[in-house]
Amino acid sequence: MTTLLLIEQVLNGLQSGIMLFLMAAGLTLIFGVMGLINLAHGSLYMIGAFAAAAVAAATGSFLLALIASLVAAAAAGVVIEVGVIRRLYDRDHLDQVLATFALILILSEGTRWLFGSFPLYLDVPAALAGPVTLPGGIAYPAYRLVIILVGLVLAVGLFLLIGRTRIGIQIRAGEADREMIAALGVNISRLYTLVFALGAALAGLAGALVGAIQSVQVGMGEPVLILAFVVIVIGGIGSIKGALVGALLVGLTDTLGGVLLPLALSGIMDASSATTVGSALASMLIYVLMAVVLIFRPTGLYGTA
Amino acid sequence: MLRERTFNIVAFLALPLVASIALALDEPFIISLATRAAILALAAVGLNLALGLGGLVSLGHAVFFGLGGYAMGILASHAQSYVPLDLGFIVIEGTKSMPIIWLVAVVVSAATALLIGLLALRTAGVYFIMITLAFGQMFYYFTISWPAYGGEDGLSIYVRNDFPGLNTLDPIQFFGLVFAVLAAVLWVMGRIERSPFGLALGAARQNAVRVETVGLSPFRLRLVAFVISGAVTGLAGALFADLNRFVSPTMFSWQMSGEFIIFIVLGGIGRLYGPVVGACLFVLLEHLLSGISDFWLIYLGTVLLLVVLFARGGVIGALSKPDATHD
Amino acid sequence: MTFKQLLAATCVVALGAGAQADGVKVGMITTLSGGGAGLGIDVRDGFMLAVRGNDDIELVIEDDQRKPDIAVQLADKMIQSEKVDVMTGIIWSNLAMAVVPAATAQGKFYLSPNAGPSALAGKGCHENYFNVSWQNDAFSEAAGTALSGEAGKVFLMAPNYPAGQDIMAGFKRTYEGEIAAEVYTKLGQTDYAAEIAQMRASDADQIYFFLPGGMGISFMKQYAGSGVDKPVSGPAFSFDQGILGAIGDAAVGAKNTAHWSKDLDVPGNAEFVDAFQAEYGRLPSIYAAQGFDTGLLLASAVAKADVDDADAFRAALKEAEFQSVRGKFSFADNHHPVQDIYMREVIKEGDLVTNRIVGTAATDHSDPYGADCKL
Repeated sequence: MTTLLLIEQVLNGLQSGIMLFLMAAGLTLIFGVMGLINLAHGSLYMIGAFAAAAVAAATGSFLLALIASLVAAAAAGVVIEVGVIRRLYDRDHLDQVLATFALILILSEGTRWLFGSFPLYLDVPAALAGPVTLPGGIAYPAYRLVIILVGLVLAVGLFLLIGRTRIGIQIRAGEADREMIAALGVNISRLYTLVFALGAALAGLAGALVGAIQSVQVGMGEPVLILAFVVIVIGGIGSIKGALVGALLVGLTDTLGGVLLPLALSGIMDASSATTVGSALASMLIYVLMAVVLIFRPTGLYGTA
Repeated sequence: MLRERTFNIVAFLALPLVASIALALDEPFIISLATRAAILALAAVGLNLALGLGGLVSLGHAVFFGLGGYAMGILASHAQSYVPLDLGFIVIEGTKSMPIIWLVAVVVSAATALLIGLLALRTAGVYFIMITLAFGQMFYYFTISWPAYGGEDGLSIYVRNDFPGLNTLDPIQFFGLVFAVLAAVLWVMGRIERSPFGLALGAARQNAVRVETVGLSPFRLRLVAFVISGAVTGLAGALFADLNRFVSPTMFSWQMSGEFIIFIVLGGIGRLYGPVVGACLFVLLEHLLSGISDFWLIYLGTVLLLVVLFARGGVIGALSKPDATHD
Repeated sequence: MTFKQLLAATCVVALGAGAQADGVKVGMITTLSGGGAGLGIDVRDGFMLAVRGNDDIELVIEDDQRKPDIAVQLADKMIQSEKVDVMTGIIWSNLAMAVVPAATAQGKFYLSPNAGPSALAGKGCHENYFNVSWQNDAFSEAAGTALSGEAGKVFLMAPNYPAGQDIMAGFKRTYEGEIAAEVYTKLGQTDYAAEIAQMRASDADQIYFFLPGGMGISFMKQYAGSGVDKPVSGPAFSFDQGILGAIGDAAVGAKNTAHWSKDLDVPGNAEFVDAFQAEYGRLPSIYAAQGFDTGLLLASAVAKADVDDADAFRAALKEAEFQSVRGKFSFADNHHPVQDIYMREVIKEGDLVTNRIVGTAATDHSDPYGADCKL
């Protein structure tokens, strides 16, 4: 493999990591602040993608589609939080798992009922279609570069929001001691709704951004949900920084593993079985990574016990 | 309202009652359905030792379910094709005998549970949920892409395996066998719960430090619980494979692990009969609702949501009043 | 003959036969909920269109949720409680492997409207199993034949599971030329940036891939944005009407092989397309066509023989005397189709992205596994 191709694959790994971060950031925020395991986070991702596809089909504007994904997912988030999630904060994780699993069923099939059983069309805007040439002669899809950019901007924005703003202080205080900040006069229930809506909006935006280069279909949220959980667990639950590092690690491992393992194995077995065995091992790789991280750091890379 | 203990007895006897009525009405499918409920209940009873008593929320118990299934599938497929399994250092003949298959399923599951437990029990809480999920996904992807035993297509076994003295192909006899296993395991689990080990395990869930100060190792208590739990779920996997006469990687999927948890929560956490009631209810709902419309999963989701929101303590908690002696 | 007349004729034939046969009960197990529901719904709708108004056919439909254990349970229900005579409907190979051997062993007829695992075509063939769609390798074998000599070096890609490996094996079996690389991806993978980079870097002249459903949508959209301009082709599963709408312009120009297309000029096909569109408000897919043909085949057999006379009914099925929307259709000795397979190209008709036939990839194609079948 040439160096140039390797660099391109590293870029691909980073990009897939950034996409995961968009999804994982909301999940880790909700978990960190409210202590809630939200399996329905993938459904919010799906809602964002479907809202974007519907608005893009109606208006032809990708920007409006992105806005629609934010609004739709945030609105769905508020409805879910007020209607269901709010009753679960003082329950144990099991009740949360069951309730949010039930939400997956309702939201997935509800979406199918509304939009039909066939995948929807959502494409990248014409201005970003096609590749740009990077230094070194790598032709790279312009839209993927935009995703990397948006992801980094959002990461910085989240750090600032948590670190520098009044809301951020309340969020951090809420993570540390719920009763105390309620006693200090912060409207905790409004704060929770806000955080949940923020997490939902991030998931919705991720769904729309990723949906433009993937398939907008019912059930699209579940595989990425599992990956996002892997990410926040590796990073340490509740840590935005951990989510970013975890996402990049998972993205790189997944991409490079899929490329390098079959290549490495072709030295010791014939080409055909090297590709099948190699890709079989590659598909297990991120879970191996997660298990190894947890064995050595039982609360993730940046988690606190 | 019935006392919880009475409710449990009624709920438990509902299964053989339904099966007997189905036999009288010549509705063998209903017997299969009751068998399915009993096997899923058995798997969840296994998980319940780790989860309900030990507080170990494993989202990877499908590993043991799948291993039990593949123990049956691999042994029976070698018996079916008369080709012994050659591992290089040892040659194993296939078998169609249920007791031997069960033994293999239990031993393999227990050994795997020991390995996974040794690693996973270093973590706690959500991290434990996720590391067990990780092991589940490893097995899932491995079986999908491993071509020797069918990959994603799975393995078909044409005839149900044998149990001495029974015609296992007769639905009611197979149901009887499964129900007997379930009853025996429930009895053992009840004994374990009340044994010094069970009490210590429950105490370690509530306050690990206090258990440690009296000289017991919470880690070892949990490990033993996890191994027994995995072994029981593995046994259920072997039975499930025999019920369907088929095994496939979906037995390893995280949705399967999730369903076991759902059975427990649905029935009522920390209750010996919780998983039995939960599994029966789930199978019943699935059967009744799936005919309503193409979008029946919405109804299933709504029912689950209502139970979790408004029936704390699960169905048993909602439908019975506590035993007089209940703590 | 208009479609209505055709349908009326079928009904009359069926009713005439009704005097001697007292009808047949059909159990359809297919995927109607969850992510893969589109295929099952198409098969069901096509089948229902074909048997509409046929009083001799009683239909029971159940949703398998794409789970093998649910499919097995439903099969038990159909056989034990519903006492069906004929089963059909399963979409996925792994579910077919779970259900079909047990059903045929219990004396039921099974008509496969989709999925043809090699195990059921060769040593595992059964006198009561009729595949009305294709053996899994068929489309790619035809593609291999058609592309031989013109495609140069080919880059192969498929998910790493049995159907993926079978389909690539089918292509390699018939393709006379060099394989530049062979890549297997994770089942359900959604991002193909790494594979596309490998394609760009390789010296392949053409890409041949099998990625069913959402995987194909993701790959095609990403490939179009990558600027790699090697021609792509694959079996029809990634270019079907149900998903072309979701890929859009990115698919235009791609070649794919199938046994049917909506512009196929054979008697009854245009009428089928119109009737399907009128009834369900969407264009039919190959799955709908397969479901429709399965319904016609069943109706033709019911008209000729009583299902209680298994030998006569089996012979009637084997004759396959119905006007397939694929044109000529017959069964080989292993009860798998002998049919023409066409090369299609994705085109744009106004705003609609769809397929048209550009040539014949294989004439009277039958699968290679029949040699191992003892029927």
